[in-house]
Amino acid sequence: MLLQGNEAIAEGALRAGCRFFAGYPITPATEISEVLSVRLPQVDGTFIQMEDEIASLGAVIGASLAGVKAMTATSGPGFSLMQENLGFAIIAEIPCVIVNVMRGGPSTGLPTFPAQGDVMQARWGTHGDHPIIVLSASTVRECYDMTIRAFNLSERFRIPVILLIDEVVAHMREKVIFFEDEKIEIFNRIKPTMPPEWYIPYEDTPSGVPPMANFGEGYRYHVTGLTHDIRGFPTSRPDEIGPFIARLHRKISSHFSEIQMAEFFLTDDAEMTIIAYGCVARSARRAVIEAREKGHRVGLLKLMTLWPFMRNAVERVLQTAKVLLVPEMNMGQISREVKRVNQGVAKVLTLNKVDGTIITPSEILSRLEEAL
Amino acid sequence: MPEITKLIHHYLRHDKKFPHVWCPGCGIGIFLGALIRAIDRIGYEKDEVVLVSGIGCSGRLPVYVDFNTLHTTHGRALTFATGIKLANPNLKVIVIMGDGDAVAIGGNHFIHAARRNIDLTAIIINNSIYGMTGGQSSPTTPYGMRSTTTVYSNIEQSFKISELAVTAGAVFVGRGTVYHAKLLDSLMEKAFLKRGFSVVEVISHCHTQYGRQNRLGSAVEMMKWQRDNAIPVEKSLKMRPEELEGKILIGVLVDRELPIYQEEYEKIRERAKASAERG
Repeated sequence: MLLQGNEAIAEGALRAGCRFFAGYPITPATEISEVLSVRLPQVDGTFIQMEDEIASLGAVIGASLAGVKAMTATSGPGFSLMQENLGFAIIAEIPCVIVNVMRGGPSTGLPTFPAQGDVMQARWGTHGDHPIIVLSASTVRECYDMTIRAFNLSERFRIPVILLIDEVVAHMREKVIFFEDEKIEIFNRIKPTMPPEWYIPYEDTPSGVPPMANFGEGYRYHVTGLTHDIRGFPTSRPDEIGPFIARLHRKISSHFSEIQMAEFFLTDDAEMTIIAYGCVARSARRAVIEAREKGHRVGLLKLMTLWPFMRNAVERVLQTAKVLLVPEMNMGQISREVKRVNQGVAKVLTLNKVDGTIITPSEILSRLEEAL
Repeated sequence: MPEITKLIHHYLRHDKKFPHVWCPGCGIGIFLGALIRAIDRIGYEKDEVVLVSGIGCSGRLPVYVDFNTLHTTHGRALTFATGIKLANPNLKVIVIMGDGDAVAIGGNHFIHAARRNIDLTAIIINNSIYGMTGGQSSPTTPYGMRSTTTVYSNIEQSFKISELAVTAGAVFVGRGTVYHAKLLDSLMEKAFLKRGFSVVEVISHCHTQYGRQNRLGSAVEMMKWQRDNAIPVEKSLKMRPEELEGKILIGVLVDRELPIYQEEYEKIRERAKASAERG
């Protein structure tokens, strides 16, 4: 069927089991709200338009705490407002999904034009040292799949997951094929099985992810944005804070292989590898095909997990690549991470564009040819 | 065992290390008593009660009580509560805020929650000051009073929280003081039983900050002020406007019926399903 990126996100959310959406109108993410306002009540779910983006994420966290998979969708200005409650979901370990359809910034910026300027904000936007999971998509089908993946990872690791896409992918319509017998794995949060009096809500486990009781199911406990002890009560004891913050990081850092996802396109023999994500990965793919036709050994590493950053994927392409090219619609946010991993092994080129237009295959090709 | 001891044993969390954070003489303790008595009289199960708070002295209240408790971000308690209630309508969701929490940083959420008429109870403990951060002026600090950020005098007009709630569309609005403890008990019970967005404004005192900076005396003297300046709503109807100058009206300010969000949304679900069937 012919589907728009934003529509695919809405459908992916429903497939993942999302039954609550709270949002505030904003271009270019509004279609996600519009579709879910129609679809959610059909499946006994709830759609609510809140007074702002702060309230939207607050309601999403509340719904998740009451046991319903929940999501919100926004763009840059709204994402800035969400940073406060994003931090709450991280410290209180409440699963939820936030879609940020990136547009040009800063501030009101370019509401109807694409950009990729929120990569670092998605990583570090909320205050304090914290882990986060950020996914990306470059096709309409990926919008669907990565939304489901966002919910699964969020439920699995009790962490908010951000799906970072751009205006091009969100508003693009392309053919998507859904097979009748497609096996789509859906992960639901692990709940406590012990009697309530034995339940210690933030106790460490081998995976670092404690089972989560939903409000109203007989496990009465305290949830707070303050640093808390294993019972959930506020604490300022260094011997309790240290292990708690360490566990928050460990539950992500010890599961990189489950979280990280990338696509390697003709990279095995590539002397030059393009590292791209979102709509730029589409142009990069075209550029690789054209460069190969001209006889150049060029490949593409398409990042689908942006954070935690995929060090291992970059190291893999560095086995053959002498040149890495990182085209981005920002002033160089992922390229700095690439340089950090590269440590001088290969030459890292950047190609940055921040004028509201996409990076074209020919622009990538000519940058490659400069390096040849 | 005296009744109060039974309530303490039943509702307070024994695994939480006391003492609590509030100053000796604080009004929040009196309010906590009223809250527990009202919940006990109605007979809610502890599992079905969710207590949600924001940030500040009032925000620390839920941690001491054995319900499902949530201590959210500053001013946002009502937004979290909205999500909880819509996700599980069987829960009794009670939101506790301070004056800065509810009508400064959370003012937008407050008026919209009232307008939406979601079945929640919002309680605002109004002590006219930011207590926890050390006595800065709040939106309910009266004109001409002193705080650590208005040492030369507060030049802003203050919000009247209950009147704001009435205008924004709350279906039940009551105001009490921590001096009038029995009235507070009955206001809370009425608010909990009311279907829709109910509000109780609790006039309290912060002798540690507001009282000290404005030379209003001890907790006892500040409570005497509440006794002498609160006028029951019924009595106020027979008084002239000049007699009511500087007084606070206590009792039920509004009790009305308006469409409730959840019930309206249920109709939307029916329409959505019918529309999906038609294709």
